[in-house]
Amino acid sequence: MALEQVLKPADYATEVHNDWCPGCGDFGILRTIQMALSEMRMEPHRVTIVSGIGCSAKTIHYVKTYGVHTLHGRALPYASGVKLANPDLKVICLSGDGDGLGIGGGHFVNAGRRNVDMLYIIHDNGVYGLTKGQASPTLKLGVQTKSLAHPNINDAVNPIWLALAAGATWVARGYSYDVKHLRDLIVDGVQHKGYAFLDVLQPCPAYNNLNTKEWYGGEDRKDERGRAMPRVYTLGDGGYDPVVHDSSEIGKKATQALEKALEWDDRIPMGVFYRNELVPTYEERIAQRVPTYRSAPPALQRIATEDGVPATDLSKLLGNLTIPPT
Amino acid sequence: MCVARRVGFSDPPAPCGPADSMTKASRTNDLSWMIGGPQGSGVDSSANVFARACAHAGLNVFGKREYYSNIMGEHSYFAMRAHRNVVRSHIDAVNVLATFEAETAFRHAREVTDDGAILYDPSLGKTRISDVPTLEKRLAADLKTYLISRGLGETLDDLLAACRQRGVTLVPIPYRALLEKIAEAFQVDQLSKIARMVNMLAVGGSFGVLGLDLGPMERALQDVFRAKANVVKMNAAGAKLAHELATSLAPDVGYRLERIPRSEPRLFLMGSQATALGKIYGGLRFQTYYPITPASDESEYLEMNEVLSLTGAAGPEAEDASFARDQVASILVVQTEDEIAAITMATGAALTGARAATCTSGPGFSLMMEGIGWASINEVPVVITLYQRAGPSTGMPTRHEQGDLRFALHAGHGDAPRILLASGDFEESIRDGFLAFNFADRYQMPVIHLVDKALANSYATVPVPDLSDLRVDRGAFANGGGPNAGPYRRFDLGNGPVSPRAILGQEGTIFWNTGDEHDEQGHITEDPVLRNLMMEKRFAKLDLAAREIPEDVKVRYFGPKDADAVVVSWGSTKGPLLDALDRLWAEGARLGYLHVRLINPFPVEPVARLLAKASTRVGVEMNFTAQLGGIVREQTGVEMTHSILKYNGRPMSSSELYDALGAVVRGTGPKRTVLTHGT
Repeated sequence: MALEQVLKPADYATEVHNDWCPGCGDFGILRTIQMALSEMRMEPHRVTIVSGIGCSAKTIHYVKTYGVHTLHGRALPYASGVKLANPDLKVICLSGDGDGLGIGGGHFVNAGRRNVDMLYIIHDNGVYGLTKGQASPTLKLGVQTKSLAHPNINDAVNPIWLALAAGATWVARGYSYDVKHLRDLIVDGVQHKGYAFLDVLQPCPAYNNLNTKEWYGGEDRKDERGRAMPRVYTLGDGGYDPVVHDSSEIGKKATQALEKALEWDDRIPMGVFYRNELVPTYEERIAQRVPTYRSAPPALQRIATEDGVPATDLSKLLGNLTIPPT
Repeated sequence: MCVARRVGFSDPPAPCGPADSMTKASRTNDLSWMIGGPQGSGVDSSANVFARACAHAGLNVFGKREYYSNIMGEHSYFAMRAHRNVVRSHIDAVNVLATFEAETAFRHAREVTDDGAILYDPSLGKTRISDVPTLEKRLAADLKTYLISRGLGETLDDLLAACRQRGVTLVPIPYRALLEKIAEAFQVDQLSKIARMVNMLAVGGSFGVLGLDLGPMERALQDVFRAKANVVKMNAAGAKLAHELATSLAPDVGYRLERIPRSEPRLFLMGSQATALGKIYGGLRFQTYYPITPASDESEYLEMNEVLSLTGAAGPEAEDASFARDQVASILVVQTEDEIAAITMATGAALTGARAATCTSGPGFSLMMEGIGWASINEVPVVITLYQRAGPSTGMPTRHEQGDLRFALHAGHGDAPRILLASGDFEESIRDGFLAFNFADRYQMPVIHLVDKALANSYATVPVPDLSDLRVDRGAFANGGGPNAGPYRRFDLGNGPVSPRAILGQEGTIFWNTGDEHDEQGHITEDPVLRNLMMEKRFAKLDLAAREIPEDVKVRYFGPKDADAVVVSWGSTKGPLLDALDRLWAEGARLGYLHVRLINPFPVEPVARLLAKASTRVGVEMNFTAQLGGIVREQTGVEMTHSILKYNGRPMSSSELYDALGAVVRGTGPKRTVLTHGT
């Protein structure tokens, strides 16, 4: 499936005019998706990227693979339908934080239950950008970004916690301005066997004046030599091992991930929090019932001859419903 | 004159036999039978066995199931007709009522015709109306009034006495004593273990009353309890005891069933299975659903039969993947978290080229609106099977209505083309289940296939349909072009309204979808010129469908051509209408029946033509607002002169339709008749 000839990240770009605001974190995510596709030598037509609604959702129009820009909150079920009907395709699903955790929260939970083999990326900036800066489900309680009339009255949901509770088998966080690290996370998430959830922190220069590029980068806190002390740091550096090696480790690894995911403000961890490939994917569960599912998935079955005669043989089903002649 | 006398409902449905001049001979193989009981007590199985037994005896059957939104304890019943000729509906009258507990007798005894019979448990005779907490207050009060007016008390014995007074034969079946005999014969230690067998005792007893030997019932028991030989034996033995007893107690009830030779096989199935069969044959390979009554039955049937056979499949010698694709078929049924996921997941699957569908009822359909609009603007072939039930809101979840016609027609915001097909009977359900995919693919839009609770939960014998004329039409597909081909334009404006479709994963045809208005490649646009072109493209496909879909799919016309009076209807009212019309035609009435099957694009020309000479136009539908009547007027300018409507949640009976249509034909019917029968 991989390409012989390497496509450069730019080869995965379309000519569609990009209308994101200057400095938008979405640029970093777009770029890393293109870099990751190049890194994995993906044939563009084998990849389908599905998105919801919002600034993040426009990403698909800028990537030269199949792109399905869907409805607010519904990217996951569209993506699941694509993947389950043709598991040969590589499916990446994108949402904003309001898209994926607000209006689409029910699908977020149920995607974890299924463990369909795909990567789900949430562009997480704490605000609803396209509707001019309302608080999103990941904005912290009591903070007031610039277009809010009052401090945020709702507490924030923790996407890492929610993903773990829902059953996601690969849970990670990236930062849109740490492009190389994010590219590696995307590659890792695509290659993970099962449902991979990647929370990507990104500034919204238009509406989130608190969690800015400078804030994530720690420009407001300098060390003695005058260097910024970034808030984001990489998990692997401290010897953190997210992998569930056997099922007895599930509790320990999940607890470790939950604890790490509580860190915020001064130190914000990036990287893979949890990985468990012991859970069968939805596709594997189907194949246990229908052994030919992988070789003849719904999209690739023959349903008629070339002249349209239906290929399905109803005789057994009709036989079960038949009362014979007296 | 009706043979059955009018009985004392305060809102009187006058039960009436299936034919006016019933002679002794005509009561052979012309039966309306009913069994009822608490939900969860096995009534379904007993009705199934009764109907199958009749079918094995060569008879035609039609049965409808009524039940509450409840798991266990509330009353449910089957009304079953067994007939020498084709039957397509239920009637109000019951000739033989099989009961094994008090509630069914309380509820239905007054529906039994004077010349009919009631099987009952004599040990329950002292049960009072007030002892049955599940009787609605209105019904309990009505029963008391009925009994008091006859100088009777409030027990089951009193009600049965009233039945006997008007001629009904009472057949006491001492169920407990019979169960004890069975327990002894089969060495069952606890009677409770075989308590459910009372159902089959009631069926066996019914056949005793009706004079049909137990051979057909034994075959039916084998059908239903296939693998459980001992269960078959015990039930057969119990049925025999009840049969012998009933034969001796009621030797001369006028209703008889006799075996009829039949050289052709029959299908015996439920409506939800009929629709499923059509979809399977049409190539359904991906179905989503969220549990909802009465739609889930279809998805469960699909899931149970997920591995399919293909015609002409060769042996297993070749095992490579491409070979397997040609030899193997299966349906992936996904239970989703809600109906929003159901429509969107099915749409995602459809984008890969799989024939994909979802299946729901009103409340779930309400959640699908935005997804239907997305499929329409992106020209995705997805099928939505909509089992209508009584609304609005939760309404009456287990009861029938045809109330979603206008809703399905306009579902979603904005102007979004879709095709609407409405099936009237099992054969149409099979064919429309098949055709829905063809239309979806050919015109690249969502197809809503309207069926309903009455169809879904009816059982009937039907001739094995000849489907040999059906062909799969997948519409236009794009090929990848060559290296020199320009970029693929999924929504090409250059070559007519239908652009050849590519599927996800195909080489050389990368495209984009968006719920926004889009350009030819599928990218977002707000260009006013392009917007117009895309709107016009999408709607031109509907015009194309209107031109191409054959007339016999759009409408059916029954009865005398150029009749002065024509009935206009759609959906499952077809069965009771045809049964009522058979009687009216036999009496010489000149009445036509225009059955509309394609609702959108609306078959303007045939409907206008077939109504052109009718001075009396009678809209018949199961809703409050005469929805089809309104659409006919909107589309053709022709107004219904009369409406016969019903919205109490119970399907129309052919007997009440016969009465109402007869009044219209005689010129005594009001402009708006509301039918009220059913329990």
